[in-house]
Amino acid sequence: MTTRANFWQTTRNILSLPLDIVRGRAVVRIERRLTTPRWMTYVVPVISIIVALLLGAILLAAAGVNPLEAYNTVLTGAFTSLDGLAGTAVKSIPLILCGLGVALAFRTLLWNIGAEGQLFMGAFAAAGVALYVIPDAPPFLLIPAVLLAGALAGALWGFIPGALKGLLGVNEIITSLMLNYVAILWVDYLIYGPWRDPQGYGFPGTAPFEAVRFPRLPGTRVHLGLLIGILAAVLIAFALQRTRWGYETRVIGENQQAARYAGMSLVKNILLVMFLSGGLAGLAGASELCGLTNPRLQIGLSPGYGYTAIIVAWLARLNPYAIVLVSFLFAGLLVGGDSLQMAMNLPRATVYILQGIVLFAVLGGELFVRYRVRIARQEE
Amino acid sequence: MTALPDNIQMDTPPAREQKPAVRMVGIVKRFPGVLANDQVDLEIRAGEVHALLGENGAGKSTLMSVLSGLYFPDAGQVYIHGRPVTIHSPRDAIQLGIGMVHQHFMLVPVMTVAENVVLGLDQPRFYLDLSKTERQLTELANRYGLRVDPQAYIWQLSVGEQQRVEILKMLYRGAEILILDEPTAVLTPQEVDDLFSTLRRMAGEGQAIIIISHKLDEVEAIADRVTVLRKGRKVATVNRAQVGKAELARMMVGREVLFDIQKEPLQAGEVILETTDLHALGNKGLPALRGVSLQVQAGEIVGIAGVAGNGQRELAETLTGLRPCKSGQIHVAGQETTNCTPRQAIERGVGHVPEDRLGTGLVPNLSIADNLILKAYRTEALAQGPFLNPQAVRAFARDLVTRFEVSTPTLETPVKALSGGNLQRVLLAREISSRPAVMVAVHPTRGLDIGATEAVHRLLLELRHQGTGILLISEDLDELLVLSDRVMVLYEGQVMGEVLPEEVDVEEIGLMMAGTMGHQRMTPE
Repeated sequence: MTTRANFWQTTRNILSLPLDIVRGRAVVRIERRLTTPRWMTYVVPVISIIVALLLGAILLAAAGVNPLEAYNTVLTGAFTSLDGLAGTAVKSIPLILCGLGVALAFRTLLWNIGAEGQLFMGAFAAAGVALYVIPDAPPFLLIPAVLLAGALAGALWGFIPGALKGLLGVNEIITSLMLNYVAILWVDYLIYGPWRDPQGYGFPGTAPFEAVRFPRLPGTRVHLGLLIGILAAVLIAFALQRTRWGYETRVIGENQQAARYAGMSLVKNILLVMFLSGGLAGLAGASELCGLTNPRLQIGLSPGYGYTAIIVAWLARLNPYAIVLVSFLFAGLLVGGDSLQMAMNLPRATVYILQGIVLFAVLGGELFVRYRVRIARQEE
Repeated sequence: MTALPDNIQMDTPPAREQKPAVRMVGIVKRFPGVLANDQVDLEIRAGEVHALLGENGAGKSTLMSVLSGLYFPDAGQVYIHGRPVTIHSPRDAIQLGIGMVHQHFMLVPVMTVAENVVLGLDQPRFYLDLSKTERQLTELANRYGLRVDPQAYIWQLSVGEQQRVEILKMLYRGAEILILDEPTAVLTPQEVDDLFSTLRRMAGEGQAIIIISHKLDEVEAIADRVTVLRKGRKVATVNRAQVGKAELARMMVGREVLFDIQKEPLQAGEVILETTDLHALGNKGLPALRGVSLQVQAGEIVGIAGVAGNGQRELAETLTGLRPCKSGQIHVAGQETTNCTPRQAIERGVGHVPEDRLGTGLVPNLSIADNLILKAYRTEALAQGPFLNPQAVRAFARDLVTRFEVSTPTLETPVKALSGGNLQRVLLAREISSRPAVMVAVHPTRGLDIGATEAVHRLLLELRHQGTGILLISEDLDELLVLSDRVMVLYEGQVMGEVLPEEVDVEEIGLMMAGTMGHQRMTPE
C-alpha cells in the first residue's frame, strides 16, 4: 500500500473503531509494557500537567470564570512580585521536606500517607520543647533542640506504621493515614485545651515563643527553613547515590526478591526508611513553627502540606532535586490561590481542586508509562 | 533426532471417513531467544485419551496454549473436525469446543461451584437464578461420573474435587476436546484413580482428551496414544500398547552431543557441601524435599537431574538461605548452615546462580555496575564505612566486564537491556568473583543459544578447576552428563539414584527422572 493509502486506511480504522468494538470485531487490550522509552519519563509528567490545566480550565469556565485570566492571576500573584516570590519560597519549604520524606518511603515501595500527621507531631514536639522543656535557653541552643525534637517526634510517628508493617505485615497506607487524624486532633486538643494561651485574643493557639524565630533573608519572609530544605535534598541525593544504605534502598525499591537474594534485610529497611521519612516531615513541622513571624503552635498550621507532598513527590518522580523544583511550583499554586481569591472572588478551594486534578492527571499519565493500548482487529 | 529401533510400530492412522477431532500441522511458535515449537504436527481423535509427553521446555504447554487460544502461532494451521480454523483467544477456542484445565486452577474460592461455572458466561444475564445451572451441572456430573455438589463453596472442596469443577466448567461450555495440563501434579493416588476413571468415561462418550504430562507411570496407565516432544520438535506418535516405558523414556530424553568440551580429570578435595536427610516444604505447604542427602567435594561438579517441579528449586533455596528446612542439616565447609539467612550463606561462601535471572538474581532497572556489586558492596574494597567508593565500584565493574567478556555499551546500561547470554555472564561474573567455596547453579543455560551456553560451560569448568564445589541443577541432561562428575536424579523431593556420566544408561536416567528407583542407589559415605 502506498503511504497515502496507508494513511487513509489507518484513519478509517480509527474512525470505525467504536463501531467495530460494539460489533465485537475489534478488541482493545491494555498490556503491560516491557520497556519504557526514555523520553516518556520526562514528557509524560509535562503532558499530565497540560491535561490538568485543560481540565481545570473547563472547571473554571463552568464556574463562570475566564480560565486564561485565572491562570494569569495565579502566575502573576505567585511569581512576578518580590512578595509573591517570597511567599512561594516560604510555602515551598514544608513541601520540600515532606516531599523528600514521602519520596524516600515511596522509593522502597512504602506508601507513607502519614506525612501530615508526622508534620503535626513534629510541630507539637517543637512547641513542647520551646514552651515547657527549655523555654529559657538561648536561641542558638533552642533552635537546634526544637528542630531535633520535631524531627524525632515525626520519626517516631512514622516508625509506628513502619514497625507494624515490617514486623506484623500491617498495611502502612491505612496505619499512616489513620495516625494523621490522631496527630491532628491531638494538636487541636492541646491548642484548645491545656496549652491554650490565656492571653490569646480568641485565636486558638499556644503562647508565642519568639526565641525560636528563624533568621530571615533580609527584607523578605524567606527563612532558614529554605536552606534546611535544600540541604536536605542535597544530602538525600548524595546518600542515595553514594552510600551503602542508599544502594540498598535502590535495590529494594527496584526488586525486593533480588534484595533478599543478595542478603539485604527488608525489615531493617522498612523500619529505617519510615523513621527517616517521618523525621523529615516532623522537621517540616518544626520548621513551619520557627518560620512564623510570631512562632506559636496554632490553628491553620498546615493546609494539607503532607498530602500535597505526595503529589509533589510523584510529579517529581521521586527525584530529590526535582522535588525542590516541583515544590516551588506547587507553592506557587497555593500563593496564586490567594490571589485568585482576592482578585477574582473564587473560593480558596479552587486551588485545591486544581491540585487534585493534577494528581489525577499524573496518575493517569503513569498509566501510559507502564501500559500500552493495543487494538486487535479480527480479520474476517 | 533419535533413530528409533525397528521394533517400534509407528502409529499410522488408518483411512477413515471420520476426520480427527484435532489436527495441528506445522505449528511454529517463537519466543525471544527460544523456538518453543518447531514445525510440530499433532493429531487427536475423538474418543481417545492422548498423552503429550516430554521434559520441561519440550514445548508441550506451548503447543496446547496455541490450541486453547492463549498463544497465536507464528506459522502452521489448526483443523478442528477437518475444518481449518483460526483461534485468536480462549473464547474462540471454547466456541470450537476446546477447553483447557490448567495446572493452576482458576476458581474463586468464596463462590459456589455453580457460581464459578457460570463466571464469564452470557447467561444468566441479569437475574441470577442458578437453580437451572445447578440442575444441569448435576446431570453432567452424573453422566461423566464427576461427584460434586453444585452448591458447595470452592474453599470447602479438596484439590481433586476442585479439579472436577474445572472439568465441569469446560463440559458445561460444550467442550468436546479437553486438554488437561499436568492434571495429577497435586492429586493423591486415590484421586488420580478417580480422575482416570472419569477420563475413561468421557472418552467413551466421544470426547477427545489430551493430557500433558511428564510422568511415565500415568501416561502408561491412561493414554491410548502418546506423542513425545523434545526440544520443541515432535519425536514420534505411538500407540501406548506397543511401546514400553523404557522406550518412551529414551524418546523423551534422547541423546545428542552438541559440543565438545575438554574436561580435566577430577581432582576432588574435601567435602565442601553436605546435606543430611533434608526435609523442606514447598510454597503450597506440601513436602518438596523428602530426605535429601548428598555431598559435594571441592573441585567436583555434582549434577542434579530431574524434571522441573520435583524439588530442585526448593533444594537450591534451602542451600542458599532463601527457604527454611523442616528438618535435616546442611553443612558448608564443615560449618552448619541449616536455616541460615541469605546473608549468612553468602558470607559462608555459597554462590548462587538462580534460575530466575532477572527476577531474583539481578535488578533489571539498575546499571550493570550496580548489579555487579550486589553482593560485594559490603566489602572493604568497595566501601569505606557507610560510603560507597564510586571509583572502586567502577574499576571493579570494568574488570569483571572485561574478564568475563560481557558485551555492553557502557557500565551504566541498565542490565535489562542485555541479551540472555550477557545477563548470564554478568551473573556468573559476580558470583565467581566472590570466590565461593560452593556454587549452586540452577538451570544456568536455560534459554541461551549455543555460543552463550558454551561460554557458561567453560566458566563452570574453570570454577571447578579452581576448587569450588559445584551443584549443577539442570533439565538439560546433555549438559549434566558432559559437565558433571556425578549425576543424581531428583524425583518428588527424593534422590532416586546416582550415576556416573561415563557409565550412564540414558534409559535408566530417564526412568529415574520419571519416578522409578535406580538399582544403582549409591549411598553417600
